[in-house]
Amino acid sequence: MPIRVLIAKPGLDGHDRGAKVIARALRDAGMEVIYTGLRQTPEMIAEAALQEDVDIVGLSILSGAHLALVPKIRQTMDKSGLNDIPILVGGIIPDSDRPTLEAAGVTAIFGPGTSTEEIVAHIHKILTPKDTQ
Amino acid sequence: MNDLVEQLLNGNRRALARLLTAVENEAANRGEVLAALFPHTGRAWVIGVTGAPGTGKSTLVTALTKAYRAQGKTVAVLAVDPTSPFSGGAILGDRIRMRELSGDTGVFIRSMATRGSLGGLSRATRSAIRVMDAAGFDIILVETVGAGQSEVDIALAAKTTLVVDAPGLGDDVQAIKAGILEIADVLVVNKADRPGAKNTVRSLKTMLELGHPGSRSQVVAHHGQLLRVESNGVGNKDEVEAMWLPPIVETVASEGKGIGELIEAIDRHRHYLANDAALINLERQQIEIELYDRLREALMTRLLQKIPGNVFADVIGRIQAREIDPESAVMAVLAKVPDVS
Ligand SMILES: Nc1nc2c(ncn2[C@@H]2O[C@H](COP(=O)(O)OP(=O)(O)OP(=O)(O)O)[C@@H](O)[C@H]2O)c(=O)[nH]1
Ligand SMILES: [Mg+2]
Repeated sequence: MPIRVLIAKPGLDGHDRGAKVIARALRDAGMEVIYTGLRQTPEMIAEAALQEDVDIVGLSILSGAHLALVPKIRQTMDKSGLNDIPILVGGIIPDSDRPTLEAAGVTAIFGPGTSTEEIVAHIHKILTPKDTQ
Repeated sequence: MNDLVEQLLNGNRRALARLLTAVENEAANRGEVLAALFPHTGRAWVIGVTGAPGTGKSTLVTALTKAYRAQGKTVAVLAVDPTSPFSGGAILGDRIRMRELSGDTGVFIRSMATRGSLGGLSRATRSAIRVMDAAGFDIILVETVGAGQSEVDIALAAKTTLVVDAPGLGDDVQAIKAGILEIADVLVVNKADRPGAKNTVRSLKTMLELGHPGSRSQVVAHHGQLLRVESNGVGNKDEVEAMWLPPIVETVASEGKGIGELIEAIDRHRHYLANDAALINLERQQIEIELYDRLREALMTRLLQKIPGNVFADVIGRIQAREIDPESAVMAVLAKVPDVS
């Protein structure tokens, strides 16, 4: 069965080109991508992840607000019982912030210039067959 | 799995999401799930929303949902988008237009890809609608892109079908094909704020008048074909006059204009069906077609299993060598299947 991925853009920045490129690459890799658009609040993301029963959530953050946003999104998802759904982050994330995000339960961080193949491979790796059935 | 069914019936949204996945994936236990849920279905009013890409279906679904919520009704949305035939993946983007609906526990939105499997849209969609129905929603809105098969299939699952058109899509007559017009219970001309809206309305009116009165209620869409259904009312003047003629409603979905009128038109259609016993007929026809579909599929699977595997390879080789033509080859294969020949 196709892997279902939620691609969301939290925060206030208005650029979703990167998110759309990722969405297309994941579709071309045979995944079903639920794309929710700009300015998603943590509540909106958790709600969409729950209703769409996705296997994984990808966040695209360019605004620099990742330290505020990502832990909040993780907590909101956990509160809805979605603690088993991994979160990936794409965007410009300084190395010094990585440990904080990883501690908040982010399984991978992809900076600018990451190849889409790498992202696809990562998703396949972390989703055990059990999750994708 | 029984736990999930129990939880769904108690209003648990994660259980609903999980069971939608189970029926969508045609999981091994889906028969069990649907059987357990079936007694709880048949209560929701299912509204199909179909039309060409970009006509404003998602925006319209959002506006309708808000209006129904204001009436205190709960709403589930099923947004169906095509699977890419090349990769098997899909981008499901209808939620972009539905962000206003977030945070309301009286609303549940699910995106679904057609997956192009055998019986594709109709079977998985029908099952998903039943799961939402059992979860107790008053209204189920099903958005499908009107490009080919899917919009015709939706008429088999919906009680009221809206066909959405909009000006500026090029040739109006092109935008709505005759087949899709025949499944419409209500025609919506959205983007009525745009130039050309009146022209769109006019050409739809003309197309409606060309169809003979009452043709709609005699037609059931089935796998892209429109089946004429026996009706005892044919030729009887009173009954022909009592038949439903699809109204044309103009809307500006992005501003919420015309939504009240649209809801009224849907209500009128609902009352028409209820008063006329037409609803029972419609349901019977839908059940009959679904049963026939499923039976045909099950029979095919069984019969195909009876064909010895080597027969295929042999016959393919002989066709390729021009020893036998494909039609004769089929007869030759059938001759080897017990119970058929
Ligand atoms: N001017 C105008 N624009 C509208 C109206 N309704 C929707 N739109 C715009 O039309 C575009 C398409 O709207 P959607 O609701 O996504 O259309 P759709 O039919 O769901 O599109 P697909 O799902 O891609 O087939 C968006 O930019 C909307 O903002 C309207 O009444 N007037
Ligand atoms: Mg849409």
